[in-house]
Amino acid sequence: MTVEQRARSLGVHLVLIAYSVLAVGPILLVVMNSFKVRSAIFGSPLAPPDAATFSLAGYEKVFRSSHILTYYSNSLIVTLVSMALVLLFGAMAAWALTEYRFRGSTALALFLSIGIMVPIRLGSVAILSMMRSAGLNDTLTALILVYVAQGLPMSIFILSEFIQQVPKDLRDAARCDGVPETRIFFEVVAPLLRPAIATVAVFTIVPIWNDLWFPLILTSSDSTHTVTLGVQQFLGQYITDWNSVLAALSMAILPVVVIYVILSRQLIAGLTSGAVK
Amino acid sequence: MADLRIEHLNKRYGVTTVLNDINLNIEDGEFVVLVGPSGCGKSTLLRMIAGLDGASGGDIHIAGKLVNTLAPAERGIAMVFQSYALYPHMNVRKNMTFGLKFTGVRPAERERRVTEAARMLRLEELLERYPRDLSGGQRQRVAIGRAIVREPAVFLFDEPLSNLDAALRVSTRVEIANLHRLLKSTIVYVTHDQVEAMTLADRIVVMNRGCIEQVGRPLDLYYAPANLFVAGFIGSPAMNFFEARVKSVEGGRACVAGPGFRSLDLPAGHLKIGDALTVGIRPEHLAQGEDGPLAVEGVVELVERLGESSFAYLRRDDGRLFVAEIRGRQTPPPGERVTLTAAARDVHVFDASGLRIATPNDV
Repeated sequence: MTVEQRARSLGVHLVLIAYSVLAVGPILLVVMNSFKVRSAIFGSPLAPPDAATFSLAGYEKVFRSSHILTYYSNSLIVTLVSMALVLLFGAMAAWALTEYRFRGSTALALFLSIGIMVPIRLGSVAILSMMRSAGLNDTLTALILVYVAQGLPMSIFILSEFIQQVPKDLRDAARCDGVPETRIFFEVVAPLLRPAIATVAVFTIVPIWNDLWFPLILTSSDSTHTVTLGVQQFLGQYITDWNSVLAALSMAILPVVVIYVILSRQLIAGLTSGAVK
Repeated sequence: MADLRIEHLNKRYGVTTVLNDINLNIEDGEFVVLVGPSGCGKSTLLRMIAGLDGASGGDIHIAGKLVNTLAPAERGIAMVFQSYALYPHMNVRKNMTFGLKFTGVRPAERERRVTEAARMLRLEELLERYPRDLSGGQRQRVAIGRAIVREPAVFLFDEPLSNLDAALRVSTRVEIANLHRLLKSTIVYVTHDQVEAMTLADRIVVMNRGCIEQVGRPLDLYYAPANLFVAGFIGSPAMNFFEARVKSVEGGRACVAGPGFRSLDLPAGHLKIGDALTVGIRPEHLAQGEDGPLAVEGVVELVERLGESSFAYLRRDDGRLFVAEIRGRQTPPPGERVTLTAAARDVHVFDASGLRIATPNDV
């Protein structure tokens, strides 16, 4: 490496490190302070917990005085079911739109791409009245339906791009082999889409898990609250229980990190190498 | 084992005609090669036989059965693709058995077929490997193996050697020829490489612009091309063409003459005085010397040395280039003026519409 290359690589790394600190810093602050006594949170917010300031008061309170486990499982159910449906329907729709030419396929693709441009929250009022008349208000089903609608356009868009990269000869070979169309999709095409599916999964999960808006308008009882909504009860108009808020937030961050780590291992490129040429 | 009959087959995309009234009979066990320049419709024809593309009109019969409306898997065909099209996430064994699961072949029978195909193609060592760990030649053998285990009535090959390097292409070509001898199955093989066509085929189908130009045994195509297109397509370097006119017709013989060559005697047929003709002569049939019914003169511009022979590019006085193959070590230096002649049996004559006219050799 020449001096110039070394300097350039150093520069790049400095930028990346700075960005990482900026991104990870706040999360680290939340987690750190969740293990401190209240006075230490305000007294020295940037210091890690030590013997004198360490406290699990926030966590105790969260577990004792709220339905945190219910919230947690609600969030998990809603996120995972939505993700599964978005991936399944998204991949199937993307396959149909790229592989088959049928009457109205272009119009349908266009209609779906509008969903990317128009935020679903614009329809909140309509969604609320729809859910109410369908008898679905205050249910997890309502949330799942909304999140599937929210995640589908983007996932179809991304997966279509990837499906187009699956060599056409591969599908033709499978057809000559007598493989039924559904099996071609699930056993030949879908396995090759794994990196794309991991990408879409991450893109789908994060906004759903972090969403506050739809739980707020669509759920009203403790039994259907999600974690992000549950945390709100510690934020009062006059007093805020920071120990509990930080403890609940730390716990809310955890699953997203875990899921991301699992899926990022699936983000292996070059899976198609060896298929053609 | 089956014969293949194609009748009045058409393919149109909108207003573009890709295939125009294709008629072709392929006998049981025959190795037929479809050859032609890119875009001539040969791959489309193959895909239509496979059932991957639908026809705009006409019929395809395989083993006496009309297959127009049948899915690819129901037609009794197996196809080998140029890109191999192996399933990347399955090992070699799974690649070969995957399709059999859906066509009602029992596991024991699947196993037997894979073992046999692997033995035939020397794939035994590779059965547990994945396509990404195989070389190009091995992948192509797996692709052929996947076709063999289906025990099809007709094998379809779509430019299977195009992605291989030159040495591998030759050895795989020999393997395919051996395989045909062994399996005695009907094969339709698409290529743009005329060496593959000449070496492999029982019969060659030369296609151009969606039409069949000529069907014939390899040497028939070489020695008696039916028209200008086939004459120019088969043979490398391509045949030289010279313009000519009928000078006189006398006693059932026509005398043909043109710039740069001596007059040539033909059976008159329908020829009239003044008719425009094209005289064709292959580079390898031109020899230095003075004798022969056809003599052309030119100035050597460039000599390509291949070893056992050389190709000389010569410019005639009227500015046209032509090529001659010169055997031996002695090649004329650039700038030299030489006279080349050809024997009567090596001269091809085509009429104004490009169709072959009987030459002295044919009579």
